[in-house]
Amino acid sequence: MTRSFQTRIDAEQKIEPKDWMPEKYRQTLIRQISQHAHSEVIGEQPEGNWITRAPSLERKAILLAKVQDEAGHGLYLYAAAETLGITREELIDRLHTGASKYASIFNYPSLTWADVGAIGWLVDSAAIVNQVSLQNTSYGPYARAMVRICKEESFHQRQGYNIMMTLMQGNEQQRAMAQDALDRWWWPSLMMFGPHDGESAHSAQSMKWKIKRRSNDDLRQQYVDQAVQQALAIGLKVPDPALAWNEERGHYDFGDIDWEEFERVIKGNGPCNRQRLAHHVEAHAEGVWVREAMACYDKKRRSRRHDAA
Amino acid sequence: MTVNEAVKTYCLRLGDDALILGHRLSEWTSRAPFLEEDIALTNVALDFVGRARLFYQYAAELSGGDATEDTFAYTRDVREFSNLLICELPRGDFAFTIVRQFLFDSLALLFMEKLKHSDDSRLAGIAAKAEKEATYHVRRGREWMLRLGDGTNESHSRAQKAVDELWGYTNEMFEVDALAATLIEAGIAVDTEALRAPWFESVSEVLTEATLTVPDTDWAVEGGRRGIHTDDLGFLLAELQFMQRAYPGLRW
Ligand SMILES: [Fe+2]
Ligand SMILES: [Fe+2]
Repeated sequence: MTRSFQTRIDAEQKIEPKDWMPEKYRQTLIRQISQHAHSEVIGEQPEGNWITRAPSLERKAILLAKVQDEAGHGLYLYAAAETLGITREELIDRLHTGASKYASIFNYPSLTWADVGAIGWLVDSAAIVNQVSLQNTSYGPYARAMVRICKEESFHQRQGYNIMMTLMQGNEQQRAMAQDALDRWWWPSLMMFGPHDGESAHSAQSMKWKIKRRSNDDLRQQYVDQAVQQALAIGLKVPDPALAWNEERGHYDFGDIDWEEFERVIKGNGPCNRQRLAHHVEAHAEGVWVREAMACYDKKRRSRRHDAA
Repeated sequence: MTVNEAVKTYCLRLGDDALILGHRLSEWTSRAPFLEEDIALTNVALDFVGRARLFYQYAAELSGGDATEDTFAYTRDVREFSNLLICELPRGDFAFTIVRQFLFDSLALLFMEKLKHSDDSRLAGIAAKAEKEATYHVRRGREWMLRLGDGTNESHSRAQKAVDELWGYTNEMFEVDALAATLIEAGIAVDTEALRAPWFESVSEVLTEATLTVPDTDWAVEGGRRGIHTDDLGFLLAELQFMQRAYPGLRW
């Protein structure tokens, strides 16, 4: 069975919920999809925190639409994870106990309006690079969720970049605000692609199962090449002294990522880890009575219909 | 006051209602009881911000000069805001938010159905769009009212408490002052007094179906249209206008 499963994978056939799959494949997918779903939902916070303070009504409307999209992405992904035999409640519980992770970049604060620009531009760019590669992932529901999500992402990236461009066309203060945001978000955005290929705990098997389609370093390089060009185009300076165009490789060389910082934030020591999780736990707990009311109402209605029949 | 000035003031009232209520709704983003509702509340917030922009844009045209939609949203202080008090009350719990929306949206739907036929074609156009949204908002509100009112004991008592706390703020929604009266006369504005009975009828019907009690009280607070607000509005504006106040006159 395991062999015919791998044969199907090798032949680029999609695995569907009712198909047989190795338990490890299922668990890996649950881990990856739920981490992705939680990232979309926790990711509402750093940007959402600027909705009530957006500097113009147009920006406010765009930001509302963007954050709403991210919540929608979370929904598609929870639905994809649920096809693997786990409930939303269990997934949320794993998030709250720390058993399940979310993208560590959201543990950084969004301190100024420029951060909304930097997040949309950099974090969504990085997400797009990753998600485009996952449109061909071997699990059908996950692949289809990625296709839907990718359609909405380019608007996110454009609105973020547009905020940065507008700031760079503004006064000294606005340009400094944009540069400061890039300085703070640049390295965390490179970390979004995870450890180097050699050090990535799950990479080899995930590649074999075609859950992952391209390596961390490969995706990171594509992101750097794009983002550096975009930074230069609007006069921003990428905070990496080692950054240089490598004619031979046809790519940018870039400096070493501070993996200690990466580990530190993942382990819970980023500026906002506690707040991000507490915010979600609190909202979920405050919502208990609402969810109970819905369930109770539905039950009453069903039994009334039953009595009437 | 010229007709243009009166219409502009009228636009600002309707724009302020939409902006301030939209602001309160947007405070729910990432805080709703579950993800689908998070999306829905954010979506309704977006409808209200969109509605505010249309009224402000028209007001800006009527003002002439360099006024834009943002001039009205970001550079006026509390006394110049003319939203109804019901819009500015803090978001409260989920029941408070749902009940407020239901009471407000039920009137908004009746109101937009009328304003759609205004002799002022710009107002009529905005109303036609708002009516479509309000239809959805009221349907959504009714479903929630039934679930909360006829759900658990806790949801019932929270919903009833919200109804009781909000009821006295609804009176102001129907009041017609001199400015509104002039515009009604001119076939431009909506006679809200005439909507009091149909509103009461449709709201009572849903409250009753939701096993909630229609309050029998006569407290009624007003002042919003004259710029007399609760203390909460100042804090709301401090947040909403932060960027324009900290960095005046810049483009973002
Ligand atoms: Fe997303
Ligand atoms: Fe996005």
